Amino acid sequence: MNLSVRNAARLAGAGLRALLVLTVVCGVIYPLVVTGLAQLAFHDKANGSELTVDGKSVGSELLGQSYTLDKKDKDGNPLPDPKFFQPRPSAAGPNTENTQYKLLVSGASNLAADSKVLLDSVRQRRSDVAAFNGVAPSSVPVDALTASASGVDPDISPAYARLQTERVAKANHLPVDKVERLVKDHTDGRLLGFMGEEHVNVLKLNIALKELARG
Amino acid sequence: MSPVLSGVLQLTALVAALALVYRPLGDYMARVYSSEKHLRAEKLIYRLIGADPSAGMRWPAYLRGVLAFSLASVLFLYLLQRIQGVLPHSLSLGFTAISPDQAFNTAASFVANTNWQSYSGEQAMGHAVQTLGLAVQNFVSAAVGMAVAIALVRGFARSRTGELGNFWADLVRGTVRILIPISVVGALVLVACGAIQNFAGIHGIGQLTGGTQQVNGGAVASQEVIKELGTNGGGYFNANSAHPFENPNAFTNLFEAFLILVIPFALTRTFGKLVGNVKQGYAILATMGVIWLGFTALMMWTEYAHHGPALQAAGGAMEGKEQRFGVGASAIFATTTTLTSTGAVDSFHSSFTGLGGGITLLSMMLGEIAPGGVGSGLYGMLVMAIIAVFIAGLMVGRTPEYLGKKIGTREIKLAACYILITPTLVLGFTALSMALSSPPDSILNTAGNSAHGSGAHGFSEVLYAFTSGANNNGSAFAGLNANTPWYNTTIGLAMLLGRFLPMVFVLALAGSLAEQKPVPETAGTLRTEKPLFAGLLVGAILIITGLTYFPALALGPMAEGLS
Repeated sequence: MNLSVRNAARLAGAGLRALLVLTVVCGVIYPLVVTGLAQLAFHDKANGSELTVDGKSVGSELLGQSYTLDKKDKDGNPLPDPKFFQPRPSAAGPNTENTQYKLLVSGASNLAADSKVLLDSVRQRRSDVAAFNGVAPSSVPVDALTASASGVDPDISPAYARLQTERVAKANHLPVDKVERLVKDHTDGRLLGFMGEEHVNVLKLNIALKELARG
Repeated sequence: MSPVLSGVLQLTALVAALALVYRPLGDYMARVYSSEKHLRAEKLIYRLIGADPSAGMRWPAYLRGVLAFSLASVLFLYLLQRIQGVLPHSLSLGFTAISPDQAFNTAASFVANTNWQSYSGEQAMGHAVQTLGLAVQNFVSAAVGMAVAIALVRGFARSRTGELGNFWADLVRGTVRILIPISVVGALVLVACGAIQNFAGIHGIGQLTGGTQQVNGGAVASQEVIKELGTNGGGYFNANSAHPFENPNAFTNLFEAFLILVIPFALTRTFGKLVGNVKQGYAILATMGVIWLGFTALMMWTEYAHHGPALQAAGGAMEGKEQRFGVGASAIFATTTTLTSTGAVDSFHSSFTGLGGGITLLSMMLGEIAPGGVGSGLYGMLVMAIIAVFIAGLMVGRTPEYLGKKIGTREIKLAACYILITPTLVLGFTALSMALSSPPDSILNTAGNSAHGSGAHGFSEVLYAFTSGANNNGSAFAGLNANTPWYNTTIGLAMLLGRFLPMVFVLALAGSLAEQKPVPETAGTLRTEKPLFAGLLVGAILIITGLTYFPALALGPMAEGLS
């Protein structure tokens, strides 16, 4: 009995020591080495790919953000600013996880394909987006109707960007063809021609738009 | 280029990349686990542990090593979360202690290589818990899985000895020689593409229209890479690999899928090398590959077809998916993560089509063996191979044998116990959760909330949770609010039992095989390196899983997908 207790204690000691040693290796040395190398070689990316305009940070190119007015609708959600290209639905409405790209918690709606809540909000978004942009409801693309996975999707489809050009041009008193050109220049194709989907980075597009509007 | 073609090309590129590293990595791992030499750093580690890395262990001793190490891990991780509140702000980021039930759940989860998360990453865990606790388990729980798989392979390879190798040596070598070097390179690739790697904490950054946005800093890339490579899956952020800081573009998405698959597939080469016949490894590889490709093709088909009222109304299955990935890349990731024991997600499975969600469920129910978790995929598949030769033996009335070892009463009993554990846990806990009065309150997509009024998806949420837990996957139909004492406790138990009970049977099986003397191959021996056997194995896996889970699948995803 004594022997087996002693054996068990010895084994437990070995287990604990092994964990502590490996914690130092994998939990201290490894992340510090990687952080050091990353900060040296890829400083801006390791720190969140921030973009600046006139020396001021305007956000990370990897994270979506909201472009809203101070005015609110009847549900208390801020109204979208017609002067800017709008991102995918994230938060407002059914996605309670992440309100308006504030990034407190990232996440998706997790609503099912047969969810009535999701069905209703897809229909609502279709009519809202169509009315806001003055286009036919049938022309609204899928990414404008569905919430993303992260809740901070930085991109929209080229179709959704094109759909917004006329409204954006009007609100900024710019010729439509200039804004169309801007969208074209900011459309990223599939990586290496086949990976992922075509997309437009909303922040980069809006920065360029602001520049253009400023003259 | 059409989206479907782009999806097919991405799958092709992934297969090509895996094929390229299959032999070198598999051979390298075989050398790692059979080399007599110890690196200087390893010798230091063994001295600190107080273990003799050259001492052979019989299966009970090997198992005791696994359990002692894992128990220490659970306790350490539990304590680390419980004391988070008193750690300095730079380590805790101001987050308080995790509640006892959630701390138990998380400790069980990461030690069991599951990485089920009932917390939201960026809203609960500071640098200390993430980096010193969770990321460490991402390494060592993977190394434990590989060690057990190698012990089983040695059981086939060795004769007339009970010794299966040394657990401490296998644990340390797997970590130091395989996981860490790949992780350092992989992490830098991710950072080069935009994944973050800093210790900045939570801070505000500017916005174009004024105001600030709250952003988390953290050692994300270093954790992301091992989370995929070790088939762990626990995200730094709540959105997991859908978050742009974890998975910035379509290339990193494919790269992460590659990291998930590379060790489980290459281990079949290691297995072939160690048993002295690489063709045996190819047969196992073919079995895994056929299932993985078949399921991925099915997933792409159902997601592109986007059935379901809400998806039809939207014109595509983009709910819970990122624009930069699209449907094809998300489908590849979804089957990859559920057919391994990973559980990382780049899109949210709960919002997939009914049948797509069903495929993720079925993928896990197969036991995560195609190609499965690091190590656990190989030993799970070898247990299924034993069942398959047993079935073949019954057909011709001959004592079955596999790799020169007789599959007798003892072996088949151990294999049968192995395959009964997870279904018992999954179906038992799901039934209990549906029968009790309060656990169903956690369901998001309730009957009243469904366009059909069926509530099938709500049932799937619970079934998914226990399937994911008991199979050590970790992904979720995340609508379920799992942070309740009931789910934290039961899923915690399912994860621990689903991880360590099978290991008991695998190691006992390994010990029993290693003691045998080899039986000579005769004309009547089933040729287990031939396509016929791979076909039989695929059939056995699908039939056994189908018979076990069909009723449960019919109530959930099939009811949703076919209505």
